[in-house]
Amino acid sequence: MTGERFISFDGVSKHFGSTTVLDDLSFDIRAGERVTLIGPSGSGKTTILRMLMTLTRPDSGTITVDGVPLFHERRGDALVPAGEAHLRRMRRHTTMVFQQYNLFPNMRVLRNVTEAPVHVLGLSRDEAEGRGRELLELVGLGDKVDAYPSQLSGGQQQRVAIARALAMRPDVLLLDEVTSALDPELAAEVLDVLRDVARTFDVTMLCVTHAMRFARDVSDRVLMFNEGRIIESAPPEQLFDAPEQVRTKEFLRSVIDET
Amino acid sequence: MSTGLWLLLFDGLLVTLQLTVFGAALGLVFAFAAGLARLSGRRVVRGIAFAYTEGFRGLPALVVLFWLVFALPALGLQLEPLFAGVLALALNIGAYGAEVVRGAVLSVPAAQLEAAVALNFTPWQRMRLVVLPQALVAMVPPMGNLLVELLKATALVSLVYLQDLTFQGQIVRAATGETAAVFAGLLVGYGVIALALTRLVRLVERRAAAGLGRTPAREVTR
Repeated sequence: MTGERFISFDGVSKHFGSTTVLDDLSFDIRAGERVTLIGPSGSGKTTILRMLMTLTRPDSGTITVDGVPLFHERRGDALVPAGEAHLRRMRRHTTMVFQQYNLFPNMRVLRNVTEAPVHVLGLSRDEAEGRGRELLELVGLGDKVDAYPSQLSGGQQQRVAIARALAMRPDVLLLDEVTSALDPELAAEVLDVLRDVARTFDVTMLCVTHAMRFARDVSDRVLMFNEGRIIESAPPEQLFDAPEQVRTKEFLRSVIDET
Repeated sequence: MSTGLWLLLFDGLLVTLQLTVFGAALGLVFAFAAGLARLSGRRVVRGIAFAYTEGFRGLPALVVLFWLVFALPALGLQLEPLFAGVLALALNIGAYGAEVVRGAVLSVPAAQLEAAVALNFTPWQRMRLVVLPQALVAMVPPMGNLLVELLKATALVSLVYLQDLTFQGQIVRAATGETAAVFAGLLVGYGVIALALTRLVRLVERRAAAGLGRTPAREVTR
C-alpha cells in the first residue's frame, strides 16, 4: 500500500512574530501512507497541513511533493518563489478538510460536492453529480443532497466536507482536527466515515487529531510534535504503548485523562 | 386643479422614477467596479478606485451636477440633460456603494477562501462562486438604504431645470398658489416611492437569505 517518498519537508522553519512554530523541520511521507500528527496545541501540526495546502508559506526550507518543490519554480536556471499557476498545478495533488467544515453556505449539499469537479477538474455536470451522489451515499448523506449546509448538524456538515474533498480525487488528504468542533457522538460518526475512507481509498492521509483511538486504528505512523519539532516518530502501537520520550508520555497521559 | 397641471406632475413623477432606476443601475456598475478594484492586487487599480470613492464621497452631488450640466458644455461637451442627471447621481451613489461592496466582500470569512483554495479554484472562481454570492446577501440592506438616498437626491436635478417631480411641483405651486397643498403632495409622492423601494429591498433580502438556506429572522420585540 505504501510506496516511495511522496512528501518531503527539508529544514522547514516558520515563525509568527517572535514565536517559532516550526523549527528546522525535516521528515518524509511515503505515497499511500497514513500519518497522524499529535502533540500539544501550538506545536506546529496544523501549520504543516496548511503549508501542504499552500495556505501558509514557510520562512525557510523546502517542501517537495512528488519530487517537485511546492513553493519554488524553475525560471531559467534559477529557483524563484512560486506563482499562482505553479501553486494551482501543485494543488491538484492535495485537498484538505477543516476543523470548522467550511462548506459553502450559498450552495446546496450536492453543489458543494460537484462545483470544484466541474470547474476545476472539468467534469460534466452529470458526471460530477453521479459521483457526488455516490460519495454522499458513502458518507451516509444520500438523502441530504438538496439541503443547505445551514440545515445540517455539525457532524453532517463535516461528512459533506469529506465527500467534497474526496470528489477532487486527491493523492493527499489533509485532515485538520476534523472532529474537534463536534460533540463526542457526532465526532464518532465522522470518525467512522473516515475509517471507511481509509479502507476504501488509496490516498495518502495526514491527520491532525486528538482522537487517539482513531489514530491507532488508521495510521501507519504517528508523529509526536513538540515546540515545532518532531520528537518521536513510530507506528501507533509502539508510540502509544511504549513511548520513548518523557514528553510523549506526559502528553498521552493528559489526552487520555481528558477523554 | 386642472388636468394639465396633474399631467405635469405625472410627467415629473416619470422623470424622478427614471432618474432613480437608471441612476441605481449605473450606480451599481460604478459600485461594483470601484469596490472590487479597491481589493485588486494591483496598486494602480486600487489607487484609481480609491481616488474615485474618496473624491466623489467628498463632493456634494449638486456640485457634480452643476459640473456636468453647466461646466462641461462650457468646455465643449454637451450631455443630454437626463443623462447628465443620471450620471451625476450614479457617480455619487456609486462611490458610497463601492464601500458597501468592499465591506461585504471583506465580511466573507477567510475560511471560505481557504476552502476554495483547498478545492483548487482559480482566484476568479473563488470570487465568483464562493465570495460574491455570499457578499451579495450582506450587501442588500445597505444598498437598500443607498437606493432611498438616491431617490431623495434626485430632487437636486430640479435645480438644473430637469423637470422631475420637485420641479413640476414648483410649477404647479406657481400656477395655483397652493403652496402647502403642493408641498404636502410632494411629501406623499416621495414617501410612497420610498415605501415601495423599501418593500422591494425587503423582498430581495428575503430571496437572498433563502439562497443561503436561511429563513430571515423574525423581528424580535424587546
